[in-house]
Amino acid sequence: MVNVIIFSVCVYFATIGFGLLINLPRKALNMAGIVSLIGWLVFHTVNVHMGGYLSADILGTFTVGILSIFASRYKKMPVIIFNIPALVPLVPGGQAYQVMKCLAIGNYALAKSNLIQVIFIAGGIASGFLFAEFLNQLYLRFKTYIITKKATR
Amino acid sequence: MNERQKSKLVVETCLLAGKIMIENGSEMVRVTDTIDRISHNAGATEARAYVTLTGIIMSATPDMGSQVTAIDKRTFDLEKVSTVNDYSRQFAAKKISLGEFYRCLKRMDKDVKPFPFWLQMIGAFMVSATLEIVFRSNYTDFWAAGFVGMIGWCIYCLTDHYTDIRFLNEFIAAICIGFMSILLIRAGIAKSADDLIIGGLMPLVPGVPITNAVRDTLSGNLVSGPSRGIEAIMSACALGFGVAMAIKILG
Repeated sequence: MVNVIIFSVCVYFATIGFGLLINLPRKALNMAGIVSLIGWLVFHTVNVHMGGYLSADILGTFTVGILSIFASRYKKMPVIIFNIPALVPLVPGGQAYQVMKCLAIGNYALAKSNLIQVIFIAGGIASGFLFAEFLNQLYLRFKTYIITKKATR
Repeated sequence: MNERQKSKLVVETCLLAGKIMIENGSEMVRVTDTIDRISHNAGATEARAYVTLTGIIMSATPDMGSQVTAIDKRTFDLEKVSTVNDYSRQFAAKKISLGEFYRCLKRMDKDVKPFPFWLQMIGAFMVSATLEIVFRSNYTDFWAAGFVGMIGWCIYCLTDHYTDIRFLNEFIAAICIGFMSILLIRAGIAKSADDLIIGGLMPLVPGVPITNAVRDTLSGNLVSGPSRGIEAIMSACALGFGVAMAIKILG
């Protein structure tokens, strides 16, 4: 439990640090940190307690996608401002590094299994964004449908 | 101002806004959307634009020739994207005129400053040190990982500033990160070279191209999405080969 709290603080500060590197607007830094933190908490909970890094990554990016849509409406800023820094704690940095290291020292079997993990995680991240975007568009359709129905009545 | 000058100004404003957004790492849907909104709000209802990652083609009216702008360099500066977005909103709400909009875009480079370099160094330190803990839960190497990441980012910025070759800066920074991590282990300051390298590489992760590649491809833009993907993969490969080279040389 103590570990999770320390990790959460770390994720928050890592997001803000990455925000400094890609020059996020100053008003968006705190919100981006919170979005990233919640996304990572979902990722961590699913990864540890329900098993499977793939579903964890899908659900984590899905949460990030939904939350950044809300945050962008609230702050009136583009969605990618909250998407990009929140993605950083979810990228398969460790596995990608293992691929290169195993290739360098000549352990091709381990490199292959790590590479497959990297590809799966990348697919998971993409599909998480896909689901979030899908829900967003459904919501927009529903809203315009309600508005037109009210107007015609 | 006659009709011809006005449509010229509309096209110039749209092209400049689109160019700034693409140069600073926006996704394509947003660029197309912004250009459509600006031209629609300025009264040019027949404007057409074709937006790709390396250039924009646009015409205001069917009887006028179209204008082209080429986009050579792409960096990450999301504050500029956000600022263009703000101006576009203000223009839609009729708070600023088209001429003011154009002048604001022209002096964008002076108005929007990146964070100072020392703050960027602190940011790189924060990213490396904290993500090293999150990924590897190795508490003893906190300071060493932050230091490696900070120097790596410094080298990345310096190479970026003095050379024009794409992906060279990532490659050199990765080699330096690999060397530094292994030397720190040899000197007995840190425990695990793997953790140091993973932490040190995190500030250089191509987060903007990855996200934009996914978003562009999902929105059906099959010209820009895959080219962003290639950019991301090339950056990642440059980082990977740099680290692999350092490991090969020093063992």
